[in-house]
Amino acid sequence: MKCSSFSFEGADIPFRPGESVAAALVAAGVGATRTSPVDATPRAPYCLMGACFECLMVIDGVASTQACLVPAAPGMQVARQPGARVLA
Amino acid sequence: MSAVHDAIVVGAGPAGMAAAIRLARGGASVLLLDEQAAPGGQIYRGVEANAGDPRLAAILGKDYTHGASLVAALRVSDTILSLSTSVWQLDADGSVWVRGPDGIARHRARHLVLATGALERPVPVPGWTLPGVMTVGAMQILLKTGAALPPGRLVLAGTGPLFYLYAAQALAFGIDPKNLVLLDTAPAMPDPAALLRGPAAIWGEGWRYLAKGLGLMRNLKSAGIGWLRGVTDIAIAGEGRAERVAFRYRGRAGSIAADVVGLHQGVIPHLHAARSLGLAERWDDSQAAFAPVLDAHGRSSLETVHVVGDAAGIAGARAAEHSGRIAALAILDTLGRIAPAARADEMARERKACAAHLAVRPLLEALYRPPAALAAPNDDTIVCRCESVTAGAVRDAVGGGAPGPNQVKAFLRCGMGPCQGRLCGPTVSAIVAAETGQSMAETGHYRIRPPLKPLTLGELAEAAAVARDGPQ
Repeated sequence: MKCSSFSFEGADIPFRPGESVAAALVAAGVGATRTSPVDATPRAPYCLMGACFECLMVIDGVASTQACLVPAAPGMQVARQPGARVLA
Repeated sequence: MSAVHDAIVVGAGPAGMAAAIRLARGGASVLLLDEQAAPGGQIYRGVEANAGDPRLAAILGKDYTHGASLVAALRVSDTILSLSTSVWQLDADGSVWVRGPDGIARHRARHLVLATGALERPVPVPGWTLPGVMTVGAMQILLKTGAALPPGRLVLAGTGPLFYLYAAQALAFGIDPKNLVLLDTAPAMPDPAALLRGPAAIWGEGWRYLAKGLGLMRNLKSAGIGWLRGVTDIAIAGEGRAERVAFRYRGRAGSIAADVVGLHQGVIPHLHAARSLGLAERWDDSQAAFAPVLDAHGRSSLETVHVVGDAAGIAGARAAEHSGRIAALAILDTLGRIAPAARADEMARERKACAAHLAVRPLLEALYRPPAALAAPNDDTIVCRCESVTAGAVRDAVGGGAPGPNQVKAFLRCGMGPCQGRLCGPTVSAIVAAETGQSMAETGHYRIRPPLKPLTLGELAEAAAVARDGPQ
């Protein structure tokens, strides 16, 4: 049962305790979660187990984070990663 | 941590957990590492948390909830458990470099046990990089951890035991049968050569696996879902996300609307860590995958490194437990922590139990052998997702003189993206083999070097400090 939520680009995404950020986003049907740095095509999680790296997102300000390896937590701020990681 | 453990086990799935539990019970000091936040690997993903959700546990079935007993045994053992911990470098001298919740650390052990499990075989079809396309394994992870289905019309394309299992679980969970379509690439009539493996498959536990499989098929048939068999030429299309799946069926082109597409053509050993250690490998033609060269106890070409579970060769979760315990016994023997007679006795029982779970494999491998077309995507299909390299570019590189996968990698960058070739490796090797006319064994695979996961410069600096000054 989903009883908490995190923020994804202004939207509230519900999650179940133990569920990864990537899984919660897939369940919510958000579609693309990043664009490829190579050809700018929209990408989204593929394997949900840490192998494919398609789920790279900006989580609480940290870019290039594998969202499938991060357990969702209330109040997390998650955003798509457009292209390559930006070094501040 | 500056102490040297007797053993470090990489991966807390069934093989890793069983190995750690047995090592600890034998008095060995053992550290078990996993990059997930909870033990169970993928097959038993979320099994501890799901004890509180009887409806979900019933849908996932007894084979899944069995994992809870392993996790419980792990929790009461003397195993040191380090979760959310990624291994980024392994050395033959028993050093294991990790990135965990406390930053960079280096652990040391006399013995390494690699229990890194399996990966889904990549399924490079046109459009497979579109949002909304994922592995069936990913869908099952969503079910196990999110108690959810991907929203909308699900089209599953491929075949294999997990393909049918997930479809049945989705129906049990409550998906509208109109929203589930199976594009099954296995032929309606099995290859007679495959059926020759039938009689041997009943032996040991085989008949139980077959009965379960037949039961699944019956469930699926009676649910009245769309199920086409012998499908070929899968291609996914859409604007910015998957919207349609095209295919060929009984000689005619077809197309179906989809919101989410699940791909599956079996699983293969996850050998990234093993390759970074340079462990000897062989090509297993029945599994259509590389596997490490191991002795009867799982010892690799490096004396202090054992490989267990699906990483040693796809054999399933129950065989993985036995394989973990077999390696643990061999290590306890080397450590002098078990009497020879007791070891021989227990080893014989574990090996017999393991063999009982292996009997069904040759039949399954033949029935669900990936279609030859999977290893020969058309020129426009992306094979390296990270670097967007197409099959055609790989063929051109070979034509231009690249003799193997590592040279193709150097020319094109395929395998140089964040996944480091986990997803493109099998396909690139297959294309190179086809273009050069060499066997898969001769063609080989990418050379893998640390770091096994991307590190920041800050983390590398931290590692250098740890190497120089000890734990920070």
